[in-house]
Amino acid sequence: MYDTNRPEAAVGQQDIKISASDVQVFYGPKQAIKDLNVEILDKTVTAFIGPSGCGKSTFLRCINRMNDTVDTARVEGRIAIDGQNIYDRGVDPVQLRAKVGMVFQKPNPFPKSIYDNVSYGPKIHGLARDKAQMDEIVETALRGAALWNEVKDRLHEPGTGLSGGQQQRLCIARAVATAPEVLLMDEPCSALDPIATSQVEELIEQLRTRFSVVIVTHSMQQAARVSQKTAFFHLGSLVEYGDTNDIFTRPRDSRTEAYISGRIG
Amino acid sequence: MTDLPDNGRASDTAWSSDAFKNRLARRHRKELGLKLLGLGALTLAFLMLGILLWTLISGGAQAFRQTHVTLDVPISAQMVDPADPAAGNYRGVIAEAMQATFPDAPQERMRALSGILSNAAQFVLRDRVVADPELIGQVVQIRVPTSDTYDQLNKGNVNEASDESTRRLNDEDIRAFRQLEAEGRITLPFNWALFTNADSRFPELAGLRGAIIGSFYALLVCFLISFPLGIGAAIYLEEFAPKNKISDIIEVNINNLAAVPSVVFGLLGLAVFLNWFGMQRSAPFVGGLVLALMTLPTIIIATRAALKAVPPSIREAALGVGASKQQVVFGHVLPLAMPGILTGTIIGLAQALGETAPLLLIGMNAFVTSAPGTPFDASTALPTQIFIWADSPERGFVARTSAAILVLLGFLVLMNAIAIFLRNRFERRW
Repeated sequence: MYDTNRPEAAVGQQDIKISASDVQVFYGPKQAIKDLNVEILDKTVTAFIGPSGCGKSTFLRCINRMNDTVDTARVEGRIAIDGQNIYDRGVDPVQLRAKVGMVFQKPNPFPKSIYDNVSYGPKIHGLARDKAQMDEIVETALRGAALWNEVKDRLHEPGTGLSGGQQQRLCIARAVATAPEVLLMDEPCSALDPIATSQVEELIEQLRTRFSVVIVTHSMQQAARVSQKTAFFHLGSLVEYGDTNDIFTRPRDSRTEAYISGRIG
Repeated sequence: MTDLPDNGRASDTAWSSDAFKNRLARRHRKELGLKLLGLGALTLAFLMLGILLWTLISGGAQAFRQTHVTLDVPISAQMVDPADPAAGNYRGVIAEAMQATFPDAPQERMRALSGILSNAAQFVLRDRVVADPELIGQVVQIRVPTSDTYDQLNKGNVNEASDESTRRLNDEDIRAFRQLEAEGRITLPFNWALFTNADSRFPELAGLRGAIIGSFYALLVCFLISFPLGIGAAIYLEEFAPKNKISDIIEVNINNLAAVPSVVFGLLGLAVFLNWFGMQRSAPFVGGLVLALMTLPTIIIATRAALKAVPPSIREAALGVGASKQQVVFGHVLPLAMPGILTGTIIGLAQALGETAPLLLIGMNAFVTSAPGTPFDASTALPTQIFIWADSPERGFVARTSAAILVLLGFLVLMNAIAIFLRNRFERRW
């Protein structure tokens, strides 16, 4: 909604995947997000940036209804994926989360084998008819996460035995194994070293060709490297949303400028 | 520090000033004091443990061996009818054998001489003959326990120098026993009867079989009831129940229940299970029910702690791929919490094993001379058997009390060792 009059935004060529309108989020009496309106495009990497406590992770966790598991959390407004409001009564959050995958800040593989980690999602959703098809899903997911070559000989060793970067890519493989339409990433590289980070970033670039990726990051360099769209959050509000290039070179809001030049945050 | 002079040398002297040295020395003294205090407490605890174990072992060690007499017994067809060996006069057979062993003894001494043998002698012989009727007409060698007074004599617990009238054995009795000893008929083997016999009026025959089986049945019932119930309650409270006033009240009450004295649970069992439901008195099944009530809060608390210790990242990971709450709990959280749950359960059961008061109230301190065949037969348990024996004045029972305590402690150590093993073996890192 901020960029419709800019020619380089090229909105018309890509479909809107997620559209949020008038979203309010409360944790108990405290309001974490105020009047949020945003439209996230399909097959695009959208970065959420902003200082700590600005609500970017909170909003991310609204997109797959992870906040439902927090007793005190309350979400108002409308978040629609492909036009369907995910907070409608008829929407099952469990099924939604298979469609909207999530990768967390700290790599959190299950304490099971690599194979079981990836096959868990497809198994509980009944995506494979037999063992051969499951093998195929696991291989595709691991290839999709650029991990196949490193682990193909030890699929039945524990996933927790991998290095930090490999664990995070395993978590990405686990998320993409259920063939999601949106992948949410909550600071996926904050626990990784620079080499593992660059591997994950390359992976994000590939994943973009298949679905919409939303990434929360504390690193503005990372947002600039991986995303096409950037949203800047401050104190629970969406301050500015637009093409990543514009946000970092020609911010329109003084708060955005202050943040990217390191004066707030 | 604000009054430090601002040149470097003066600051050096401040660090080595007397006031600073005193402060340092005081701090070191305090640390040493704390260390010594801890060491002292530890030493005291070990000393107490040492005294306890020494008392038990020195008092109970003798009960693990039992004096036996080896006798040659001719079994004649007059005494034992080959057609019905079970109905034979084995008492007479034993008396004849004693007469043959002491050919010079006058008739009036025979009764006292038969007292060397335990009452069990005739039954040992009967069982041998019933199992093998071919023995009738032959001379059979049997090894039977001596009665408790002679057992004590053999173990050196009788002061032979003291006045004859103050002892239970007179000089003639002792001479007869020494004669058997000289003939090589007296042995002191391991007291298997302590584990293979149930309780008895005679200390030399009394064993723990009934108590061990009774305790086993009671613990089995306790486990089968409290383990699934406790885990179910903990999972509901921890994972599904809404956090509100009611769940707070439940939590406080569970913690209070864990601290309720066990005798109260015994009274509850007496009132509800025995008087109201009319269940069998002294039965391990009822004992198990009462112990289950007592163990339940322990298991719930341990399970909740174990569930809480599972990192939230695992729950999020499972929820994130679209697992339902039930799939998260049973597929991920519960398996990770299992080692902690098992440890808590075993410690709860170990507590239940040593619990005496509730079992006394439901009558598990009855005098039962046969081991229970089912959990519904009257029986004792290990702690109540200790209680019964501790009440008996015979020297043999005093030693057996200590021995029974050692057996109970052995089981407790074993259970705790299993708990530690399970924790180390199945504890997973993430």
